[in-house]
Amino acid sequence: MATTALTAAEAGLVSCETCRLLSRPAGGADPGYCPRCGGELAQRHHHSIQYTWALVIAAAICYIPANVLPVLTTNALGSSESDTIMGGVVLLYRTGSWPLALIVLVASVMVPLGKLVALSYLLISVQRGSIKDKHDRTRLYRLVEFIGRWSMLDVFVDTFTVALIQLQPLMSVEPGMGVLFFAAVVVLTMIAAETFDSRLIWDTPNSRQGHHG
Amino acid sequence: METVACPACDLLQLIPPLPPGGKARCTRCGETLASCPSDPIDRPLALTLAAAIVFIVANTTSLMDLSAVGRYASTTISNGAYEMWLQGEKITAVIVAFCAVIAPGAYILFMLTVLLAVRRPPAPHWVSELLRWGKAMQPWSMGEVMILGIMVALIKIAELASVDVGIGMYAIGGLVVLFAAIAMTFDPREVWRRVEWADGRVPSRAEAREPADAGAGRWRRPP
Repeated sequence: MATTALTAAEAGLVSCETCRLLSRPAGGADPGYCPRCGGELAQRHHHSIQYTWALVIAAAICYIPANVLPVLTTNALGSSESDTIMGGVVLLYRTGSWPLALIVLVASVMVPLGKLVALSYLLISVQRGSIKDKHDRTRLYRLVEFIGRWSMLDVFVDTFTVALIQLQPLMSVEPGMGVLFFAAVVVLTMIAAETFDSRLIWDTPNSRQGHHG
Repeated sequence: METVACPACDLLQLIPPLPPGGKARCTRCGETLASCPSDPIDRPLALTLAAAIVFIVANTTSLMDLSAVGRYASTTISNGAYEMWLQGEKITAVIVAFCAVIAPGAYILFMLTVLLAVRRPPAPHWVSELLRWGKAMQPWSMGEVMILGIMVALIKIAELASVDVGIGMYAIGGLVVLFAAIAMTFDPREVWRRVEWADGRVPSRAEAREPADAGAGRWRRPP
């Protein structure tokens, strides 16, 4: 094991994102391509902080219509009723399946919001050059990365509800605009988690200058 | 021994020779750096072949059947996305189709090609491109999320009509298990040892003991 803790960047090396081969970067601003897999090399993800902020802000904007607009409209015998995501949770709770209501509440409301807060916190702490809680922040990042896909749950619920309940003229279910914004939140936060570079958490302020931003 | 930088925190460290089934973790942040499955090519290949068959079943059979007031309906995965498209939610339909069909399908296809190609090293260089794409598909392939989503939809609909689980549901369940098994038995490092390098070197002669030069202009991928 390494006796002195040295990062690849401090040693003047770059690790390939794809195949993890260590190589000596080409001189100048552009480190070149990986000699093994041909992938583009980068000390840290390109413009990691700006891109991640842009995606987080876009997702935060979409989060509002995702929760306010209806996701499903049920037409039955001449009457129609629209449900938002929270409405769907309440409906599940009222019909007695509170474990499912809890799953949908966590996956659709709390996880997306939690991801936005967590990514913002990670970005701000990196921008301020924080040296505290690096282990906890790495753990938080892993959690965000792992849990992100589960928010797609409600999109699947709505899709298959719509697909199955098409019993015109008795009863039909139509998707609402809320689904689109909700799917957008999930996709944007998933991409944001990918553009964020967790190595920035571990970089010391002086090693960061070269590739920051 | 191989020197790697931790992908999560960039710390340089040596990976000792691992026993079969062993794992190496980053000494600083705990990220898994390497694993050593006992049969890293043939076992995932068999599992991927099984996944390809189950994937076809999952996409061609019905997920659930509904009967209400003398009417009958059933749906498949692609039917779900298509109905969203018909109802005017085209972007959502594309996202659903991507996460439910295209990403898992592409993952199976890329993995199958990669694993077949590396059985006789050195494998041609395009294999590394496919492995890169396969890796990119992984987070977007959402079988386990979809299965939970369908279950919630079933329970919601069960209030209104009687619903039955179709073969497709079991197939997706099988696919979720197979995908997890592929990820566990597969070792990308073994593939990289067998693939021809981008600069034309053959793996056996270009062992990664010393950090290689990233070209410094010697070698560049054509723009």
